[in-house]
Amino acid sequence: MPVGRLSNAFARAKAENRAALVAYVMAGDPSLEVCAAILDALPKAGVDVIELGFPFTDPMADGPSIQRAGIRALKNGTTLRKTMALVAQFRQKHPETPLIVMGYLNPVETMGYDAFARHAADVGIDGAIIVDAPPEEDAELRAAMQASDLALIRLATPTTDAKRLPAVVAGVSGFVYYVSVAGITGDKAIETADIAEAVAEVRQASGLPVAVGFGIKTPEAAARTAKIADGVVVGSALVDVIASAHETGGDAAMAAALFCQSLSQAIAQAR
Amino acid sequence: MDARNSWGSYPDAQGRFGQFGGRFVAETLMPNILALQQAYEEAKADPSFQETLDIFLRDYVGRPSPLYFAERLTEHFGGAKIYFKRDELNHTGAHKINNCMGQIFLAMRMGKTRIIAETGAGQHGVATATVCARFGLPCIVYMGATDVERQSPNVFRMKLLGAEVRPVDAGTATLKDAMNEALRDWVTNVKDTFYIIGTVAGPHPYPQLVRDFQSVIGRETKQQMLEREGRLPDALVACIGGGSNAIGLFHPFLEDESVKIYGVEAAGHGIETGLHAAALTGGRPGVLHGNRTYLLQNDDGQIIDAHSISAGLDYPGVGPEHAFLKDTGRATYLSATDDEALEAFQLCARLEGILPALEPSHALARVGEIAKDVGKGGIVVMNLCGRGDKDIFTIANALGAKI
Repeated sequence: MPVGRLSNAFARAKAENRAALVAYVMAGDPSLEVCAAILDALPKAGVDVIELGFPFTDPMADGPSIQRAGIRALKNGTTLRKTMALVAQFRQKHPETPLIVMGYLNPVETMGYDAFARHAADVGIDGAIIVDAPPEEDAELRAAMQASDLALIRLATPTTDAKRLPAVVAGVSGFVYYVSVAGITGDKAIETADIAEAVAEVRQASGLPVAVGFGIKTPEAAARTAKIADGVVVGSALVDVIASAHETGGDAAMAAALFCQSLSQAIAQAR
Repeated sequence: MDARNSWGSYPDAQGRFGQFGGRFVAETLMPNILALQQAYEEAKADPSFQETLDIFLRDYVGRPSPLYFAERLTEHFGGAKIYFKRDELNHTGAHKINNCMGQIFLAMRMGKTRIIAETGAGQHGVATATVCARFGLPCIVYMGATDVERQSPNVFRMKLLGAEVRPVDAGTATLKDAMNEALRDWVTNVKDTFYIIGTVAGPHPYPQLVRDFQSVIGRETKQQMLEREGRLPDALVACIGGGSNAIGLFHPFLEDESVKIYGVEAAGHGIETGLHAAALTGGRPGVLHGNRTYLLQNDDGQIIDAHSISAGLDYPGVGPEHAFLKDTGRATYLSATDDEALEAFQLCARLEGILPALEPSHALARVGEIAKDVGKGGIVVMNLCGRGDKDIFTIANALGAKI
């Protein structure tokens, strides 16, 4: 019941009157081994949903932090298959925490849509965000994902106008990812006042929880976002914490866990 | 549907040329891309748009460009007559300005106030900087740091024209990385910014609108050839990076089945070495920069860096319409190595008194064989799409000369 894991996580957060914490890390960064340790540490640190990036050479919607993480991952030999192997390893100890993968279409096309969906379901992935597959281009992917009972999570953005929103939320499951700023990941800081209305509209149109991401770098920003969103996504800031711990010889998994705990606590007290 | 009778009907409403093309971009850009498509359709239906464009193409760009009979090269190869379509004589020295002129008018129609572009060899960057200077719009050009170094004359030209050149260090620091960075800029500045893409790639409608703006090359060629020889040529030849000069020459001839069509990709150090930029010859279909096309990529779908002495051909993909022309068999795609291009460059300089850019030097490297294949009495037209002034440092370096 992969979609079930995602809905359960958002339902539990809602029952506790808080937003869910969605944490993004890049598969194979800083290494496959350390990444496995990081994944292992996240559920206990208060992470409700894991978003696992799989690397691509040309991440055209990502800012410098995630670009660099992708380059490190590729240098470590990380592939989409190895990303899935990481998830299989994670699932042995963590049967409940939902995990979705996020990346670009070409590695998925290369594997084949059906093979991707089947393999993903087999290892315990709950869904996927494919950044460069907008509704106009994702019919084949959507069919393959549905056949394997996986959630296809789409991005809604400040440029998604009222005319376009119904098409964006049609056929989605799990949750909707609202990109808080028009821009690349980790770029501008979030302005929560501007987005409350948009988040409510997306929630209304989709009937799904709405997680907000892009530009949430601190526990304070996470808390502000948690007041208006069903989920708070932290990506670039976490990737930076991991990179700097690893580069200075520290314990990247510990650093990631501490940072996520601070986010989780801030979110829990936000409302 | 038999594509052979309906080349003009592509792309379809979804921006597809068969399985190629499309709009594979982040959601943030989708509304912009749809707005661009609408603006372009409105512009096409407005006669004053084309009239204004034609005046600037004539008086500012210098069109029509001559169709020149390359008599000494023809004698040298001893086959069909070789003609050059001399788009290197355009203002700014290459075919790129044809497209920039069209897109700047679109940008102004759409009320955009900031222009961005990517560039490889710098020709598209210079052409974009030129039209921005002419119409008073701020211009930012993304250029791979490697290309900034090897095309320094063009970097200086862009700066003289008032453009800001932003070097891109990511990846191999060449054209594909410049395009990634331009897309990141666009995604961040969607409201006021117009992205002038320089080749027939990217998300729909770019492959179509760049093709349409470049098709002036083929339309003129057809008319000039009928005036001069009273018939169509037997073969067309052009170099292929993204493929904008080539599609510009080819497209008006697609339905003339007697005309053979040859594209020449950059084989770098040789296809067998893996160090090349020949996506059609040595790649397979995938998705990059907003469209599905042939790409250089590994088994995991990661893009492999392209290699070519020519910065303008140093790209791991190719325009989706070329992918379609390859798969349907309408066009034949060959390749030429760095060394072959250098040799052809020198031959053209000595026999015709023309310094071609390194990009069309790749087409030149195959034109002799094609002329022989067509045979005496036949006619071959090659698009001499750029001049070689920008390349003299690269060429001096490759030939071991000091300047």
